[in-house]
Amino acid sequence: MRPYRPKDNVQKKSYYTDRFWVAPRIPEEPVEDEIFKADLRTLKKEIKVKKAYIQRGQLVIIIDAKDNVKALQVLKEKCGYDILSEMSAIDYLAQDGEFEIFYQLLAMSKRKRVRVKCRIKEDEAIESVEPLFRSADWSEREMYDMFGIKVNNHPYLKRILMPEDWVGYPLRKTYPLHGDEAAQWYEVDKIFGKEYREIIGPEQRDAAYISTTDTCNFARIYHEVPRCADPNSEPEKIESFNEDAPLVETFDLKKSKIVDKTR
Amino acid sequence: MQQRNRLEPYFENLVFEREDNTMVVNFGPQHPSAHGQLRLILEMDGEQIKKAVPDIGYLHRGMEKMGENMIYNEFLPTTDRMDYIAATANNYAFALAVERLLGIEEKVPRRAKVIRMMLLELNRIISHLFWLATHALDVGAMSVFLYCFREREYAMDLMEEYCGARLTHSSVRIGGVPLDLPEGWLEHLNWFLNKLPEQIKLYEGLLTENRIWRMRLEEVGVIPPEMAKQWACSGIMLRGSGIEYDIRKEEPYELYDEVDFDIPISDRCDSYGRYLLYMEEMRQSIKILRQLIPMYKDTEPELMAHAPEYISAPKEDIMTQNYSLMQHFVLVTQGMRPPVGEVYVPTESPKGELGFFIRSEGEPYPYRLKIRAPSFWHTGILQDLLPGHYLADVVTIIGSTNIVFGEIDR
Repeated sequence: MRPYRPKDNVQKKSYYTDRFWVAPRIPEEPVEDEIFKADLRTLKKEIKVKKAYIQRGQLVIIIDAKDNVKALQVLKEKCGYDILSEMSAIDYLAQDGEFEIFYQLLAMSKRKRVRVKCRIKEDEAIESVEPLFRSADWSEREMYDMFGIKVNNHPYLKRILMPEDWVGYPLRKTYPLHGDEAAQWYEVDKIFGKEYREIIGPEQRDAAYISTTDTCNFARIYHEVPRCADPNSEPEKIESFNEDAPLVETFDLKKSKIVDKTR
Repeated sequence: MQQRNRLEPYFENLVFEREDNTMVVNFGPQHPSAHGQLRLILEMDGEQIKKAVPDIGYLHRGMEKMGENMIYNEFLPTTDRMDYIAATANNYAFALAVERLLGIEEKVPRRAKVIRMMLLELNRIISHLFWLATHALDVGAMSVFLYCFREREYAMDLMEEYCGARLTHSSVRIGGVPLDLPEGWLEHLNWFLNKLPEQIKLYEGLLTENRIWRMRLEEVGVIPPEMAKQWACSGIMLRGSGIEYDIRKEEPYELYDEVDFDIPISDRCDSYGRYLLYMEEMRQSIKILRQLIPMYKDTEPELMAHAPEYISAPKEDIMTQNYSLMQHFVLVTQGMRPPVGEVYVPTESPKGELGFFIRSEGEPYPYRLKIRAPSFWHTGILQDLLPGHYLADVVTIIGSTNIVFGEIDR
């Protein structure tokens, strides 16, 4: 029987995990740092903070998705987090049917980094933070490109890394590493048209694959044909080897030497 | 845009729009000064740019996706292919992110730290020399290109002597470095460090006061500080706008808090100011490397962190002790299992802030790996930076942003 593979997460999995294995967790420390504490207090006055903790030296704030612009505005204008160094999403569709969106902020004057996180459902859209941070322009486009998360009020929400007519969202867990069917035929469909799929055939992606019909690059042992010949032609007959020929032609006892047995 | 029709001739690079007087020029993706595969769609009024739309993705290989399907050690050589001009900076950024995720950052032996810093600074010099060479060539100074590549060759020889590769180094491992410095390497490094300052002086003699160079660079590509912050610029793009922020200094990692070096900044905000910073940064790298040589000599010969849960034991233990061998086998075939959690680790690569965001679910495969490559935003800024400039300045501006497409498209 073929082992069951979940369809909602087709990424590579560990092939063996101990039954009693419990993964350790990075501790979520309480916010005791003075600067972070003050920032958190300022933020709590304006919006609802679901949870806040410090992980590996950075403050993590979990908020509602509808508060994202407000939260970033407070952090930027009142707390001095003036750079949005990174933002993207994490796919939790398989577990909770949600995306987690994170905003990684830096306050250069305080040398502090904060990560603001929020969750949205699969069919929800998030409000753009591009008016606050220009750098979100491209990050949000990348997020849309890779996860298909719609961003409201974005100036130019188009795919950025993948071609515009691409089908599917590559960083979702349901998207296989080697691409789906549309990805497999993308170039053929685009250059020649769908009717050429059968003529051209699927792309060979296995680096170790050896074609039996390819006589130009591979020799077929025991079925050798001249180079680049028709693979169905008769194999070459090797004339030089005669099976009836004796292996030892003559044996002359006088010329041979008997080795001393007691050696 | 023109529709493609197989029977009609199709002019790929030029579109004339009759209503207004603007012309759309397609700059790249195969343009020699596009530093890779950058396509710029420029809307022009005569020679002046009205609107610029950078189009990227021609080198997209899905590294983040690959990262989710590889164990941590497997992914490390893949990071070489991001910023291929300074591969060790990527290796190091990834290794540091995983170390911080595992919580073994403090366990990395001192000698490994010194070697890593040497490689990082050497890579910074290699990258800056490469930048100067190609930038000068784009602007029209052919001889600088040849001189820079000569010195870069010596630096690459040093890298080759250490790790055997010239471009894709993979010379850093999670938890330390794989090899000690070979015999005579420090002498060769010293020779190179003695040679480089006079060569930098030579480049500066050719460029700094050169009338054409100054006319092409001064007041071209002016990034006001506010714009630099808005676009999350980092590295020299940020310091060229008068904002002093270097991650090596502000959030020190490795032994950067023990060495003495300066962060050059410039408030000229233009390409010329950035050029001056690159030259000064090379000098500072030399200064750091000079201090590292005596530091190396005071260290113990240990190279990899001792964390048997995550890092294989040294070769000698693997060959003599059964348990080390078993652990090594599990780590190689299944991979290490970091704790559940997430971490974002920024480092100062030659291009700017190179960060790795890793979300781990306790599996040997990262659940999400996001690479924050500085060039991505340094390309995005082109759409705000280019309008108002002339077509000839586009090449200068692309050159001075120092973008590498391996890390933009990832």
